[in-house]
Amino acid sequence: MERRDKIVLEHVSFVYGAGTPFEQKALDDVSLRISANCITGVIGHTGSGKSTMMNLLNGLAKPAEGKVYLDGYDINTVLSDVLEEWRTRPEYASLSARAAKKAIKAEIARRQRELCFRVGLVMQYPEYQLFEESVYQDIAYGPKNMGLSPQEIDSRVREAAAFTGVEADWLNRSPFDLSGGQKRRVAIAGVMAMKPEVLVLDEPAAGLDPHGRTQLFEKICAYQKQTASAVIIVSHSMEDMAQYCDEVAVLSGARLILQGSREEVFSHTDLLEQVGLDIPQITQLVRLLRARGVELPENIYTVDRAVELLRERFAETGRCPAGGAK
Amino acid sequence: MKNIAFGQYYPADSVIHRMDPRAKLIVAVLYIVCTFLCTNALCFAVLVLSAVVLTLLSKIPLRLLLRTLRPLIFILAFTSLINIFFTKGEHLLTPESWVVKIYLEGIWNALFMILRITILLAATGIFLSFTTTPIALTDALEQLFSPLKKIRVPVHEVAMMTSIALRFIPLLTEETEKIMNAQKARGADFQSGGLIKRAKALLPVFIPLLSSAMKRADELANAMDCRCYHGGEGRTRLKVLHFRASDVAAMVLVVAFGVGIFFLNRLGIGYTM
Repeated sequence: MERRDKIVLEHVSFVYGAGTPFEQKALDDVSLRISANCITGVIGHTGSGKSTMMNLLNGLAKPAEGKVYLDGYDINTVLSDVLEEWRTRPEYASLSARAAKKAIKAEIARRQRELCFRVGLVMQYPEYQLFEESVYQDIAYGPKNMGLSPQEIDSRVREAAAFTGVEADWLNRSPFDLSGGQKRRVAIAGVMAMKPEVLVLDEPAAGLDPHGRTQLFEKICAYQKQTASAVIIVSHSMEDMAQYCDEVAVLSGARLILQGSREEVFSHTDLLEQVGLDIPQITQLVRLLRARGVELPENIYTVDRAVELLRERFAETGRCPAGGAK
Repeated sequence: MKNIAFGQYYPADSVIHRMDPRAKLIVAVLYIVCTFLCTNALCFAVLVLSAVVLTLLSKIPLRLLLRTLRPLIFILAFTSLINIFFTKGEHLLTPESWVVKIYLEGIWNALFMILRITILLAATGIFLSFTTTPIALTDALEQLFSPLKKIRVPVHEVAMMTSIALRFIPLLTEETEKIMNAQKARGADFQSGGLIKRAKALLPVFIPLLSSAMKRADELANAMDCRCYHGGEGRTRLKVLHFRASDVAAMVLVVAFGVGIFFLNRLGIGYTM
């Protein structure tokens, strides 16, 4: 399948508390391309600028420098940037200068407003955003803000609820009565119900138990396949990233240090270790086995896959494939 | 909003930053008394000079200090106009025939008033808000007021509540911002519409904020209980405040300054109020 850029960041910088004694650079000259129709993982330590970058993608924060493009449109466009260029477009050409200016201004505002529906952002610990009387109403909050019809809202709420594993009988309960993991699912459903073209999840599995984690990631993967949207997952867990992401970007100290396909990124073992990130344990293990002469492909990211391949090898040779080592 | 330090604490390493917060409180109060002692031009000149020296000592950028004056500009302008137009004196500046009469005394009074308020604010800034963390300040207040414990005023408890409240302000600010962002990401619109619509739009922010604040308070209370917190009695402190020679010197200095101002007043050099 052909690779297409969904979101492009060009030399983006971001500074917190500019001009105060607490000034801090959160992003420093970051250029990143995020593909359509795949899962992109963004990895980095706490404070590496991951969450800041996510807030830039739907216009919640504006970059100090640089541009953010969604499908080629600069999301922070202001009137003066495009006035002359758009003026020549057929839909504005027939208008008077003043009317055209007004129409273009309205169009920019409309796109700005649309942005948060096109790029759905699930924040860290999203369960804190629940507020409605019932789970149903809370999931419906986003679609309602989009101005959809009641029937459409209803079908979207039920669809998103079913998708994230929110059970039908929870829908009429108060979100404050649910457990932490249940609330998390409701919060994610609330964003999925807007059917965004880009779904951004900031540490979606933080604080969940291993079972809940796997379940959640599998649901996200299924969502991506079904909707063919671009999904961005922010995490500091290499294991999760390796297992579920197609492409990976690595941030360290406010800078982007690596980006590319999962295979490409994890082949830079040294660089990753330099910034204090490890390649997944199972990949590491397979590397060591290969070094000892076990014939295995290099890029293995899940334990299941490794076990499967080792079994095959075992069946072929009839002995332990570990090159004689016990 | 992020990273706005609560209050105006400006981190630097200066003589004033290093002073004991209790000494700073006392010195600040005495210095403010000094500003009210001043009644003639010479005194005010000395006072301004001392304020300049203090600003330099504190290493606080002048720009920051002046910013605290901004909300007062209107009041300053208003009261100085009243002073100028309504003070009666001997030296009339405007022609006799004018209805509006301005006297030299009025202008002097306005000037003194502006200087007094400016220096009063600058002094609180230099000694307290810019150079002392809110926590250190409540600590100092607790100790200075501790004699009141004898008459059963719950000094420790009030100080503890104050410092917890102060500690929670940045936390809640950050939380508010986080929740607002989360709701904006779901299409909440806080900017448009009339008053009622806007107030309604804030509901999705206030409810989660309230719920999490309650939860936080509960957790904090539990954590304090777990560590056997039982109020101020017999409690030792992590940071014991020490009066050093320099703190005593500062207090002596400010008293001497006050006495100096008192005598300068008597000399009556320059315009006297």
